Amino acid sequence: MSTVTQAGPAVPAGSAEALSERRPLGDRGFQVLALAAGLLVLVILVLIAISTTQQATSWFTTEGFKGIFSTNWNPAANKFGAMTFVYGTAITAVIAIVLAVPVSLAIALLLTEVVPRRRARPIVYVVDLLAVVPSVVWGLWGILVFAPWVQHIYASIGSALGGVPVLGALFGPPTSGASFFTAGLILAFMITPIVTSLSREVIATVPAIDREGAYALGATRWEMIRGVVWPHSHGGIVGAVLLGLGRAMGETIAAALVIGSSPVITSHLFAPGYNMPAVIANQFGESSGVFRSALMGLGVMLFAFTIIVNVFSRAVVARSARRMRGA
Amino acid sequence: MDHPEPKVAETELPEPTAQQQPREAAVFERPGAEVFKTKNVSIYYGSFRAVTDVSLDIYEHEITAFIGPSGCGKTTVLRTLNRMNDLVTGARVEGDVEYRGASLYAKGVSPIAVRRRIGMVFQKPNPFPKSIYDNVAYGPRVNGEHKKSRLDEIVERSLRHAVLWDEVKDRLHKSGLGLSGGQAQRLCIARTLAVEPDVVLMDEPCSALDPIATGRIENLLREIKSRYTIVIVTHNMQQATRVSDRTAFYSVLRDDKNDTRTGVLVEYGPTRQIFEDPRDSRTQAYVTGRMG
Amino acid sequence: MAAVTAQPQVDLREPKGWRRTRNRAATVAMYLAFVVVIVPLGFVLYTVIAKGASIISWSFLTSPIPVNVAPPGVGGMGPAVLGTIEITALATAIAVPLGVLGAIYLNEYGGRGPLARFIAFMADVMTGVPSIIMGLFIFTIWVLHFGYSGLAGAFALGCLMLPIVIQSSHEMLKLVPNSLREASYALGATKARVTVTVVLPAAIGGIVSGSLLAVARAAGETAPLLFTILTVTTANPNVFSGANTALSTEIFANADQPFLGAQARGWGAALTLVAIAFILMIAARLVTARFARYQH
Repeated sequence: MSTVTQAGPAVPAGSAEALSERRPLGDRGFQVLALAAGLLVLVILVLIAISTTQQATSWFTTEGFKGIFSTNWNPAANKFGAMTFVYGTAITAVIAIVLAVPVSLAIALLLTEVVPRRRARPIVYVVDLLAVVPSVVWGLWGILVFAPWVQHIYASIGSALGGVPVLGALFGPPTSGASFFTAGLILAFMITPIVTSLSREVIATVPAIDREGAYALGATRWEMIRGVVWPHSHGGIVGAVLLGLGRAMGETIAAALVIGSSPVITSHLFAPGYNMPAVIANQFGESSGVFRSALMGLGVMLFAFTIIVNVFSRAVVARSARRMRGA
Repeated sequence: MDHPEPKVAETELPEPTAQQQPREAAVFERPGAEVFKTKNVSIYYGSFRAVTDVSLDIYEHEITAFIGPSGCGKTTVLRTLNRMNDLVTGARVEGDVEYRGASLYAKGVSPIAVRRRIGMVFQKPNPFPKSIYDNVAYGPRVNGEHKKSRLDEIVERSLRHAVLWDEVKDRLHKSGLGLSGGQAQRLCIARTLAVEPDVVLMDEPCSALDPIATGRIENLLREIKSRYTIVIVTHNMQQATRVSDRTAFYSVLRDDKNDTRTGVLVEYGPTRQIFEDPRDSRTQAYVTGRMG
Repeated sequence: MAAVTAQPQVDLREPKGWRRTRNRAATVAMYLAFVVVIVPLGFVLYTVIAKGASIISWSFLTSPIPVNVAPPGVGGMGPAVLGTIEITALATAIAVPLGVLGAIYLNEYGGRGPLARFIAFMADVMTGVPSIIMGLFIFTIWVLHFGYSGLAGAFALGCLMLPIVIQSSHEMLKLVPNSLREASYALGATKARVTVTVVLPAAIGGIVSGSLLAVARAAGETAPLLFTILTVTTANPNVFSGANTALSTEIFANADQPFLGAQARGWGAALTLVAIAFILMIAARLVTARFARYQH
């Protein structure tokens, strides 16, 4: 009997005292522990913001607003303008999104609308495998195998399009195997699984009865997708794309190996370039003083960009999920 | 696609004003052409036999009701008539389903072409997340009609046929999701009518609606039946007697040994006969409320 | 029957022309997209296996890391294998309990309240924070004060894993039916007891599987370790102090070496790392399948 009351669950018959018993200490302790673990997420995010910003202050004070947002990056001359890397990050992320989104959406539609569920599973496994290959392995393959192989293709495209307006500016020479485009392409492989799986989740919330409504009017599958699936899910898909964008912006190691490590702003996508995570990864180890502070500052910027993109994307996804449930 | 659309001449029959008697008399004396002829149809989901041995003919410009307890396969049979069951993995049909002399499950028959002629209204109103106008125009657009003036005309006519025009004509470009349940269901009916189908299949179209909205839809059915052939699944026997010309009663065959349930067609005939003079004791038990 | 009119002939063939073409083109495009994914994946896996298998052996996995100019047959990646295992294990020991506890807060205590919803939202956002930021963060608050160590690397990987574990565990806890909790409360159990003895066991399959996937992700990460473990070539069995090394950072260091031996060791390390990630992923699937069977 005594063991039972100690453990707290059983109330002895007729004991009024036991009914008003205070919550056992262990019970409240567990709740506090759980709350603390939950709050840890917020604590870490706030600490990241504070500590890295603090480390970056000497960059802000020595360079000033204008210096930070200049394109002049020259550690030897103590010039640390960030814009070259902001530009590179934008270019590689946009290339990755442009390449990955159509493929991801097509696979998501294949899985939800075309292939029966039993045969969908192996396809999901294969797409997930892309995410299991570590970033550094993509980078190793990219620099030792893919870049040497692809540079001839870039070179012939470059010489063919060199004189053409617009296309020449994008794909003309100079060309190099390690380039913005190679980095964007490999980032595209890496973000395809997440964009696919999120799009699939969104598309799966389209009610079966709406699909049948379109089919009952004699729509083909493609017409059903355009008429029903797309209007239902485009909000959520925008969220999935933004999430992919955030990943592409922050993905470091693969980009660091294949981007070409050349801090220039150029419209030539086949030319070597640089982006924010890559320059941090490559130069942090040998930096000090204002140089190190500047790299920290790039980290702060990257953190801010990705937080904004992610908050926005999660909000879009959550809103479209709510609307689906409400409708 | 211009195929010979089986259309009734636009001159209205004096039918809608006439009441029960002459209409049923017409059924007995002069049935229209058979739209569907099914012979020994069984429907499977994987190895599970959902419905077995259904043979019935459905006639032009009549309303045919499918009634029966839940699980008797009446919806399954309905979805066989426009190949909606193709969308269910593992669904399979045995036996003959003929639509106007052509076998629906023959090789080379496209479910898309079938559904274009044989439309369907569902249990739960399912307007697309688009404007009222675009909901109705969806079918015609899919079928290649893009001229604004033609679409305007089709949208108005379909909404008028569905007795929804007056309620929505000032907000055609508002979302179809904002309509009440009854209005949304009539929008779905208008959407189906907009492709000028030959047959309209209805799967318990009023089960989610209140009595007033139900009454409206029933009136609507009586009005459009001179132009369309209608098959309606209903769990409401009063509704069957109110709107239908013929009734098919389905029941469940239990096999306790294998713990399976299979739907069967018990009796099919003019509605009045089914309810007033059923030939089968199971039908009698059901329509007098002693079962199901 | 005599009154039956002549049946008009109906045409039920697939609509011709543009509609059919478009529909077929769309379907073909969807399958092509899958091919587009298989080709690079196959290319990468083939290369890693082909180049890695020629160097990998038990002695490769245990021998010390030689100088970069050493030919392919000399030495191995022993210290990096050890480092990856000890750092990932420590990160798991830190992040998984905290993540599961956090998920318990979100699902069992916070419920639909504003704080819990905010934390859940920020955990989702945190999964999108670049891993290199975690490295910079731990460098700033730990390495600058206590120096490089496996522990610092484990902290950085833990920061990466924490939101993933919270997210996946939260999803699993949501699936536990309320009737189970109520049955336990009806016996007079406290909330903590209900959670630990009823809710957690009911969700354990999914939690373990989600955590294994987080471990797989962390084991392959490089960026959080770059500024936290320093990447030395000597083995360091003491994960709590002193510079350490890992397979991922060794691959990164070897990738831009001109020496064939260093590159070959990079491929060997890559195959090892990919194998570790695959084994963890397959384990996660097996756990899921196993517990799925229990539930039906």
